Amino acid sequence: MDIAISVAGLRKKYGETEVLKGIDLAVEAGTVYGLLGPNGAGKTTIVRTLATLLKPDAGTATVAGFDVLRQPQEVRRSIGLTGQYAALDAGLTGRENLVLVATLMHLGRRRARARAAEVLEMFDLTHAADRPVRTYSGGMRRRLDLGASLTGNPPVIFLDEPTTGLDPVSRIALWELVRKQVAEGVTVLLTTQYLEEADQLAHRIAVIDKGRLAAEGAPADLKRTVGGERLEITVRAPEMALAAQAALARVSSVGCAPPVVDEDGLRVSVALENGIAGVSAAAQELQQASVEVVDFLVRRPSLDDVFLELTGHHKGELETANR
Amino acid sequence: MKSYILGDSLALFGRHMTLLKRAPQRILHVTLMPIMFVILFGYLFGSSMTVPSGDYHSYIMAGVFIQIMLASVVNTGVGVATDLKNGLVDRFRSLPMAQVSVLLGRTFSDVLLNVISCVLMLSVGLVIGWRIESNVIKATEGFLLVLLLGFTMTWIGCMIGLLVREPQGVNAVAMMVTMPSTFLSSTFYPLNNLPDWLQAIAQWSPMTTVATALRELWGNPTGNGADPALPLRYPVLSSALMLSALLVVVIPLTTRAYDRAARKG
Repeated sequence: MDIAISVAGLRKKYGETEVLKGIDLAVEAGTVYGLLGPNGAGKTTIVRTLATLLKPDAGTATVAGFDVLRQPQEVRRSIGLTGQYAALDAGLTGRENLVLVATLMHLGRRRARARAAEVLEMFDLTHAADRPVRTYSGGMRRRLDLGASLTGNPPVIFLDEPTTGLDPVSRIALWELVRKQVAEGVTVLLTTQYLEEADQLAHRIAVIDKGRLAAEGAPADLKRTVGGERLEITVRAPEMALAAQAALARVSSVGCAPPVVDEDGLRVSVALENGIAGVSAAAQELQQASVEVVDFLVRRPSLDDVFLELTGHHKGELETANR
Repeated sequence: MKSYILGDSLALFGRHMTLLKRAPQRILHVTLMPIMFVILFGYLFGSSMTVPSGDYHSYIMAGVFIQIMLASVVNTGVGVATDLKNGLVDRFRSLPMAQVSVLLGRTFSDVLLNVISCVLMLSVGLVIGWRIESNVIKATEGFLLVLLLGFTMTWIGCMIGLLVREPQGVNAVAMMVTMPSTFLSSTFYPLNNLPDWLQAIAQWSPMTTVATALRELWGNPTGNGADPALPLRYPVLSSALMLSALLVVVIPLTTRAYDRAARKG
């Protein structure tokens, strides 16, 4: 296994607040690694440290084999960074932006121009190449921004919330572009507030909460840690919800969170075990408690459930916090 | 790494030149106000201003050039803060380039902007009847001093932009530098009518020194009394020393501010 990014014991304080409390990570080359966590969890601080923008207080990190503290210039030659805002000069054209980045990567005048044209083509921006970026749509800007970070053909790229604020179509288009890069062997470290994005793109995920690693693993493994299928029922009237909760508590899988009632007071959900037998047991318990179920749904656990389980934050809460 | 400084600075200088070519009205942002000053002060208040041994028209021009250079503080500061805010500085920092080029590219391109503004102002001055009464060498020295002042001001602007980080905030902070510099000095009026204590402060203002130097180099009335403060007796040398000293302090502070600003979360 070839490790592209490795982090050990990373700590960082801003004044009195400790934002990273000892982070360890290893990212295999040619894969997408997702950092998932609520706002202020420390995701961006990790990325900025790896991109040599921040100095950690303790710990070590290497990117593409180079030490971020001792060989920052070599690290910079090996990375591309796409931050939370499209880091472009809005007054320059798309082409001029890319040529500038390529020149500052010391590609030489002719190769810089050629590479800019190539990137524009690759990201379907040739038609807008000679228009000021000011006139671009949000999706085009993000594409150009991603293109700018790929100008130097870096083996490692950092995507810090690359699709925040994008419409669904542009988001899916950007995911496609990221997948294409990974297929060509690029390693991607992705931070995101969207569980779906991590689920779609990442081979492995680290859940970060309050500066610590709350969990780490492949998305499927993480989902397995929170138990088997989820059963969600809707009862006819709010007064039945408590009875349903008590009934389901008798069948909820061991070691998992007890059944929870939604804010609307009508929906109750629980993690089950034993597959179909668990569903049957739940149905029996509900019947015995004479709970009137108007709707039910059995589903695989989502990363949302993982998140709730690990951090005590709801996905909804997480997304509002990020806005 | 050192060998990249020139090339990287040129690339960023090119960036600012392209932006200037695309939005040449920026030159007017800098020069419009001083032109208004020349017209307002020169024609409206000029009649009530008395300059010892000279007329107000030939007196005011040095002040107007200084005002244009002071505008660099806002101009440069807003540009730097904008780059910081929209993440461009982060991008630069993640590139294997000479980081100081980000500042060099900007300050030198702003010097060029100042040259263009000076040419514009020179023409306006000549139209309203201002004349340089010395020789070509002294006149050139005067303009070099103007540009040195502008260069110092762009670095101060960089520093403010990096510390304030908000383009709107830069305006307010820059005003605190430029307003006292403009009005607590002899840029627009002779100091002889001020109360003694205020006169003493204003006489030691670097702007008074530069204004006196320019007036002397261009053969315009200095408006200083018979026994001025020490720097005003050797205004050209004093100006050069004062501005160089400022640069020696401000440039390292600004580079440090760049490093810090870019490193904040």
